[in-house]
Amino acid sequence: MKVLVAIKRVVDFNVNIRVRGDGSGVETNNVKMSMNPFDEIAVEEAIRMREAGTAEEVVAVSIGPAQSAETIRTALAMGADRGIHVLCETQTEPLAVAKLLKAIVEKEDPGLVILGKQAIDDDCNQTGQMLSALLGWAQGAFISKLAVAGGNAEVTREVDGGLEKVSIKIPAVVTVDLRLNEPRYASLPNIMKAKKKPIDQMSPDDLGVDVAPRMKILKVEEPPKRQAGVKVENAAQLVDKLKNEAKVI
Amino acid sequence: MSAYTAPLADMSFVINQVADLMGVAALPGLEEATPDLVEAILEEAGKLGSEVLAPLNRVGDQQGCVLENGVVRNPDGFKEAYGKFVEGGWNGLPFDPEYGGQGLPWLVSTAVSEIWCSANMAFSLCPALTVGAIELLTTHGTRELKEYYLPRLITGEWNGTMNLTEPQAGSDLGSVRTKAWAVDPSDAAISTFSGMGACYRITGQKIFVTYGDHGLTDNIVHMVLARVAGGPDGVKGLSLFLVPKVLPGAGGSLGKRNDIRNVSLEHKLGIHASPTLVLSYGDDGGAIGFLIGEEQRGIEYIFTMMNNARLGIGLEGVGIAERAYQHARAYAAERLQGRNVENPGGGSVTIDHHPDVRRMLLSMKARTEAMRALAYFSGSCLDKARRLPDPEDRLEQQALVDLLIPVVKAWSTDTGIDVANTGIQVHGGMGYIEETGAAQYLRDARIAAIYEGTNGIQALDLVGRKVARDEGRTVLALAATIKALDKKLATVSGDHNMAVIRGRLRTGVEALNHATRWLVETYPVNVAAVTAGAVYYLHLLGTVTGGWLMARAALAAEAGLAAGEGDLDFLRAKLVTARFYADHQLVGAAALATAFMEGGEIVATSGPELV
Ligand SMILES: Cc1cc2nc3c(=O)[nH]c(=O)nc-3n(C[C@H](O)[C@H](O)[C@H](O)COP(=O)(O)OP(=O)(O)OC[C@H]3O[C@@H](n4cnc5c(N)ncnc54)[C@H](O)[C@@H]3O)c2cc1C
Repeated sequence: MKVLVAIKRVVDFNVNIRVRGDGSGVETNNVKMSMNPFDEIAVEEAIRMREAGTAEEVVAVSIGPAQSAETIRTALAMGADRGIHVLCETQTEPLAVAKLLKAIVEKEDPGLVILGKQAIDDDCNQTGQMLSALLGWAQGAFISKLAVAGGNAEVTREVDGGLEKVSIKIPAVVTVDLRLNEPRYASLPNIMKAKKKPIDQMSPDDLGVDVAPRMKILKVEEPPKRQAGVKVENAAQLVDKLKNEAKVI
Repeated sequence: MSAYTAPLADMSFVINQVADLMGVAALPGLEEATPDLVEAILEEAGKLGSEVLAPLNRVGDQQGCVLENGVVRNPDGFKEAYGKFVEGGWNGLPFDPEYGGQGLPWLVSTAVSEIWCSANMAFSLCPALTVGAIELLTTHGTRELKEYYLPRLITGEWNGTMNLTEPQAGSDLGSVRTKAWAVDPSDAAISTFSGMGACYRITGQKIFVTYGDHGLTDNIVHMVLARVAGGPDGVKGLSLFLVPKVLPGAGGSLGKRNDIRNVSLEHKLGIHASPTLVLSYGDDGGAIGFLIGEEQRGIEYIFTMMNNARLGIGLEGVGIAERAYQHARAYAAERLQGRNVENPGGGSVTIDHHPDVRRMLLSMKARTEAMRALAYFSGSCLDKARRLPDPEDRLEQQALVDLLIPVVKAWSTDTGIDVANTGIQVHGGMGYIEETGAAQYLRDARIAAIYEGTNGIQALDLVGRKVARDEGRTVLALAATIKALDKKLATVSGDHNMAVIRGRLRTGVEALNHATRWLVETYPVNVAAVTAGAVYYLHLLGTVTGGWLMARAALAAEAGLAAGEGDLDFLRAKLVTARFYADHQLVGAAALATAFMEGGEIVATSGPELV
């Protein structure tokens, strides 16, 4: 079975996010960028499947600007076999990404598509679900356990009330949560090998997908600064403040 | 908690703009080292450094190593971290692919090693010493020894150590007493490893053996300097032996324990997580060792691997300075104290608003960047000295490496200590409190000026072997190269910063030339006066070459800014640090030259009774 992993280049989780001066979005110029942490978990899972013999090939797909090729290289250095880069210099919305992935799935015919549950830049949490709907495939979102056997994938989902175990038919789309695994560090020999692994580059036009945004961003602002708190003397004072100042009870 | 982030932007900038990665990647055998690959390597090394090694830095300092029932116990987490390091293949970065290395340039290895030193200096010593053992085996080992030991040392499955020092033999290895005698090959006790070449028995005591024992690996490969009876006295009579902790067994497996005993573990000022052992060889009749190369050439072999080892120690200075700077920078951005000197009526400000604190931070940053530039530049020269096609060019690069290595070792470690010291000052009282973490950097940095040849010994090597011996030819050629940059600097002297850098560099290089001429004239007639101030000359050479490389960096930054290309904030900051370096460090060149030329006399003419 072939496994397709979708990965996104995002502002590194260590970077303090700054809003661009003109309010048009988040500053990404000369800011350290990395693979979305949930996508690292997705790549790790796919590689483990190949190492365990449940998958034969791992293909990493990224949609984004020229530098997204570096993010694909990171996945290749972790152990993915080859990459597909859909070159797209403009911001893409989840629906456009899902459509592009659908077109790639139709070409590549994987048994499983693994995505991060969300990207830490826009926190949309939509792409995997949209992709499964467009394909008409089963989905397992927010998974913390995955076992593929026969024609099924047994997945454990992290839901509000606890854990939900479901069995879904493959081919399927799954999106991964934090506790699924701990991604490996790329080894030096693999970083060097990654350089020689192929990355196919294509455009949204090649895939026949219109990626024009459907939404317009009006303005991006920093959240208001948190005000310093006050210490209350006793419970009565607390109740009073909640009632009369905060007006929440 | 003190976080560490590898300074990837500066590392890449220096590698490409100052240390000529392009030239290095054009050398035969190094074609793979393209800028994008190097960037990917640094990025991944940075991850391992900051996520795995750096968090153990404090744990290691607090727990230290312990000797229990003759066995060394490492601090928590070190074995797992070493496992990840080996699994990642990092140990083999610069070595021969034939034995499992990755064959990357020393330039890249230099940058990656800096990351290990910053993240966790005590940890980094284990792989650093293995480098020396690999170099010795590669250059002088028999085929059998290489086949058995090299692959395991290159992966890091086993580590290497240096056993030179004895209680009476430190700077002067000529006093080494450890004995070695050849064993009759028919001796039943050694017949199992007759394939390894000439076999010897060793007895004696070695002290200060870094990573001389530990639980990170199943075997340890000691390189031991010892004396075979009948040879000349002094360093000429020394031979080098490979003495494994565990002897080879049948079919490449591990056999019996060798006759080596852990006598004690030292309690130290810093690098607590690096075990420093007293080892006793041959309590039960003689440890078994294999001769490296030929008898009585041990010291010569040790000298051939010194350059790499000393470059490695210099990087400890750079690495600690970077870590101390990051720590101080973060603190200064948060600590509220006092008001802005230009706005005393305003509210309290973070201390990085005070000019004196900014001076301290900039001095830490500028010196660290200058040291990094010199270390990487030297790494690049090392690659060229080994691989340039024309033998003349190779010799020229080798002379430059030989000249610069004592400077990288001593100037960077002395400066690293100073920078860590300034880091404490930035923190005020909290700097003196261990929990803050700033004090550990100073304690750790301190050793680097002592081992692998004290900085005093480095300065002697510089003035004697590297400058006086060729009558200043190599250093004057370097000074001429530095001077030649003036023309380029003149083209941008409309920019005030660049004009200042140009003027200061010119004065600095004049001081260097002047001091060098005095050295060459005086050394043959008054060696005491020259050696008394040798450390000043070494600092002078470091200060001026550092200033030269900072000026080159400034030129590249200026070009980037003019074209609007690259990370403009980074380039602007580079110009500031280069200018700061010129104003605060290069200005010291003239004083160093004066102290060197005029300060030796009073020392040379007053004996120990006047001290
Ligand atoms: C933590 C630690 C780890 C070490 N690791 C190792 C190791 O792994 N392997 C190993 O073999 N050794 C190791 N050493 C030993 C180290 O290399 C020596 O301590 C060092 O070379 C200095 O020798 P010494 O201590 O005998 O000092 P000395 O040689 O006694 O020097 C004392 C002082 O005199 C000066 N001096 C000595 N001779 C001269 C001279 N001719 N001219 C001018 N000045 C001179 C020195 O510069 C120094 O300031 C380690 C030491 C320490 C503390």
